[in-house]
Amino acid sequence: MAQPAGLLYSKEHEWVKVEGDVGTVGITDYAQNSLGDIVYVELPRVGQGVKQFASIGVVESVKAVSDLFAPIGGEVLEINTALEADPALVNRDAFGAGWLYKVKLSDPKERDGLLAPGDYDALVAEGAH
Amino acid sequence: MVPFGGFEMPVQYGGILREHEAVRHRAGIFDLSHMGQFELRGASVPAWADSLTVNSVGTMKPFQARYNIFTNELGGCLDDVLFYRLPDRFLLVVNAGNAPKMWAYLNGSTALHPDLSLTNGHGSRALIAVQGPRALEIVAPLCDCDVAALKYYYCVEGRVDGAPALIARTGYTGEDGFELFLEGADAPRIWRTLLERGRDAGLEAAGLGARDMLRLEAGMPLYGFEIDEDISPLAGGQGWAVKTNKPEFVGKAALLEQVAHDGYDRIAALVLEGRAPARTGYPVLLNGERIGAVRSASIAPSLDGKNVATALVRKDAAAVGTTLGIEIRGTVHAARVVPLPFYKRS
Repeated sequence: MAQPAGLLYSKEHEWVKVEGDVGTVGITDYAQNSLGDIVYVELPRVGQGVKQFASIGVVESVKAVSDLFAPIGGEVLEINTALEADPALVNRDAFGAGWLYKVKLSDPKERDGLLAPGDYDALVAEGAH
Repeated sequence: MVPFGGFEMPVQYGGILREHEAVRHRAGIFDLSHMGQFELRGASVPAWADSLTVNSVGTMKPFQARYNIFTNELGGCLDDVLFYRLPDRFLLVVNAGNAPKMWAYLNGSTALHPDLSLTNGHGSRALIAVQGPRALEIVAPLCDCDVAALKYYYCVEGRVDGAPALIARTGYTGEDGFELFLEGADAPRIWRTLLERGRDAGLEAAGLGARDMLRLEAGMPLYGFEIDEDISPLAGGQGWAVKTNKPEFVGKAALLEQVAHDGYDRIAALVLEGRAPARTGYPVLLNGERIGAVRSASIAPSLDGKNVATALVRKDAAAVGTTLGIEIRGTVHAARVVPLPFYKRS
């Protein structure tokens, strides 16, 4: 499946959409599909600083707890509060309404450590994690 | 697919929550062919089985099914099982993971009963369960006998879609339903036929994930979680099945002592207050002191999506109404002890 263009991807199956110095972060459709029914999302706090690739929360499906890693570093500006009542939004619309949080980038050059859509496609095709 | 008891088992087909919803409101079909099916023959089966288990086998009526537990000398659970009494034999259904252990144990305990003949159907026999409020209307048209007249926890020998079957009104979901014990060779065709015929009634294939969620809501123990070799039937909440008025059976003395002292850690049912799910192994606290750990946990769609759990806790923490804490990633979340089952069909 082709990944949405305009986003950057981590090897841990997060995506980030960078607009100016703000990044919107989520998990990929591949990730939500692998996890199955998502029942709980634990996000960083607004104002919290997150380091690129650090573990900053969890996404829990019925059967498993998965760490959430920050695809890019910065200060958390906003979290998707709709997920508190309806975490399955991540299943239904991983690249849209199921976004997780927004971050003010600390270093735009960190984007170089992420994958372009085609490279992430290749990663998923390998079934690598 | 996951490896489970030597079988490749589906955790889910269309999604665990969707499968759960189908079973509670319409019907789900489960492939449980991984379960061990042993046939027990001989006049002394009831006396022999009664000497190894906590519940009564000898008092079972023909075609009755009964839950039972094999215990060790310390009162721990070797396995929890179902006996089905037939005119010429008993069918004993054991957990997949325990099937090799139980087969060896049973064969090692027959010395005093030379008339016994045991047959191991694990791997050659199949088991298909259809569970849910619409199970009857899906299963009945394929059967050559009156399954509507079958009482809960009874069985009948007949044919399903022409194939010989033991048809039982049993299950492990908290819903009405049937379990069809079949020859392995007949099972794929019957699976497909049931799925096809059940489509209009909303039948869905369901996997181990939904089954675990359904059984937990219904307060049914799962071997390795609520009971195991270190957790007795009493501690595991299955004291109702322990018939202490039976003559001698393996583990009876230990269980009587547990009853007398009543100091053992035991399974408590918990409803969590927050949205964070508990997981097996998470610490359980009473007034800040660690007094146990979570054994099973799940979101419970039948309880408005609340998180529920079972935990093995100190006796003084197990009383219904007690507020305990569950430590989830370093934070303590409140949970209330409630009576089992979490869910009862109306």
